[in-house]
Amino acid sequence: MTVALEVAGLVKQYRQTRALDGIDLQVNQGEFFGLLGPNGAGKTTLINILAGLVRPSQGTARVMGFDVARDYAQSRRALGVVPQELVYDPFFTAREVLRVQSGYFGIRRNDDWIEHVLHNLGLTPHADKNMRTLSGGMKRRVLVAQALVHKPPVIVLDEPTAGVDVDLRQTLWQFIQGLNREGHTVVLTTHYLEEAETLCQRIAMLKQGRLVALDSTRNLLSRRHEHQAQFRLDGEPPGSLGLKQGQGNCWLFGFQEYDELETPLAALRRAGIKVLEMQLLEPDLEDVFTEIIQNA
Amino acid sequence: MTGFSTLLYKELLRFWKVAFQTILAPIVTAMLYLLIFSHVLEERVQVYPGISYTTFLVPGLIMMSMLQNAFANSSSSLIQSKITGNIVFVLVAPLSYFEFFSAYLLAAVIRGVVVGVGVGLVTVWFTDLPLMHPFWLLALTILSTGILAALGIIAGMWAEKFDQLAAFQNFLIMPLTFLSGVFYSIHSLPPFWQATSHWNPVFYMIDGFRWGFFGHSDVVPGLSLLVVGACFVAISGFTLLLLKRGYKLRH
Repeated sequence: MTVALEVAGLVKQYRQTRALDGIDLQVNQGEFFGLLGPNGAGKTTLINILAGLVRPSQGTARVMGFDVARDYAQSRRALGVVPQELVYDPFFTAREVLRVQSGYFGIRRNDDWIEHVLHNLGLTPHADKNMRTLSGGMKRRVLVAQALVHKPPVIVLDEPTAGVDVDLRQTLWQFIQGLNREGHTVVLTTHYLEEAETLCQRIAMLKQGRLVALDSTRNLLSRRHEHQAQFRLDGEPPGSLGLKQGQGNCWLFGFQEYDELETPLAALRRAGIKVLEMQLLEPDLEDVFTEIIQNA
Repeated sequence: MTGFSTLLYKELLRFWKVAFQTILAPIVTAMLYLLIFSHVLEERVQVYPGISYTTFLVPGLIMMSMLQNAFANSSSSLIQSKITGNIVFVLVAPLSYFEFFSAYLLAAVIRGVVVGVGVGLVTVWFTDLPLMHPFWLLALTILSTGILAALGIIAGMWAEKFDQLAAFQNFLIMPLTFLSGVFYSIHSLPPFWQATSHWNPVFYMIDGFRWGFFGHSDVVPGLSLLVVGACFVAISGFTLLLLKRGYKLRH
């Protein structure tokens, strides 16, 4: 399988801070890949190195086989980055911005594709409005459109849904998933872990500039074998049961196999405590993320 | 070439969209200078025999306006893009540092020339200015505005806030242009300041430009062209070096 993104031994040192501390990573062509980590983990630095905005202190980075420093023109043509910050040029309309951005990439007549992107991102009615007058959500859509004007094989979205409404999220993911089905590689950073869980086939987790996990989403989720049962009781359970107190009047019990549930239920019966409500909780990416980041 | 021409087009469109501020305002300012100085000094000062003070003043005013606007264009465009963050759209594109330099430089030169032509047209009502060496004027215009445009790129890259850019403009560009002999001949200065003026490259831009109009100058015109040409090559080379290194643009 062709490699879309490849970084090897990547280090970025800012005076006192080591933003990236030896990252090795490959993203295959056609993948929907998640890059997760707490704030300051180095996600944006990694993306900025791929985009040529930041120069690495050590190591190499390639986009579709092109070195980001040596073959910068080819690597930048292969990459579309949606930046995290809501940036825009206040002098121009959305359509002007997209035409100009196409020109930067050497594409002269790109109106058909621009119209397609505008339509799919719900921007057509706003295309001739000055960027200053657009709402935050609309500006975010234009940022996405700008990253796509040159039809890059690799699309990087740096927290594209931070602070945006449900409508944009749905429109955006529908469009991006469509592009992914057509063969575009998508790399996503987000703090909404349910988005990563639903969309990404593989996930990398960063902490303090180091790669602390890299696996398929399914394997990451199955790392936590433990299920949990949440009980709402009419009294306090015996301490010997080892139930952990949850929110409100709820108590949590961790188990591997379902037949283990009989133990607390029998003990509660013996103690004369009634189970008012019971709920089974399955592990999600947030649990896995928290566990990995805490233990790393 | 498409990348370069698009960046140039974007830069031209940027100043054209605010033409009141970028073209009309400097023309009005130059006119005010002309009104005041020619009114006060026309009868009292004659720098060269047979040349009225107003005729003497106009080429300097045209050049000063061109220089200040060429500097303002590249520097303000870059600092605005850096502060608002939209410089990222240019930096992620496959543009070479030479294309980047050429587009910002040429746009600034064009703005300088448009303002210069505007000031020149307005002054037709004040004085009958001869045009002895038009190609000389063109060469000196391009080289001089090119120097200030490149200085604007350096200032735009270096400055991290508007305050720093204003300092660059007020403490370097303004003194260099005002103390270059726009309003006087350096022969009217005490010997020390005459000698000091010879270290100011803007003096050669103004003096050589005057020669192109009416054939009189403080120094030999060839020297002016040589100094201005050498400064253009040196400053352009330095700017290209900074851009290649990504100075304050690519961390």
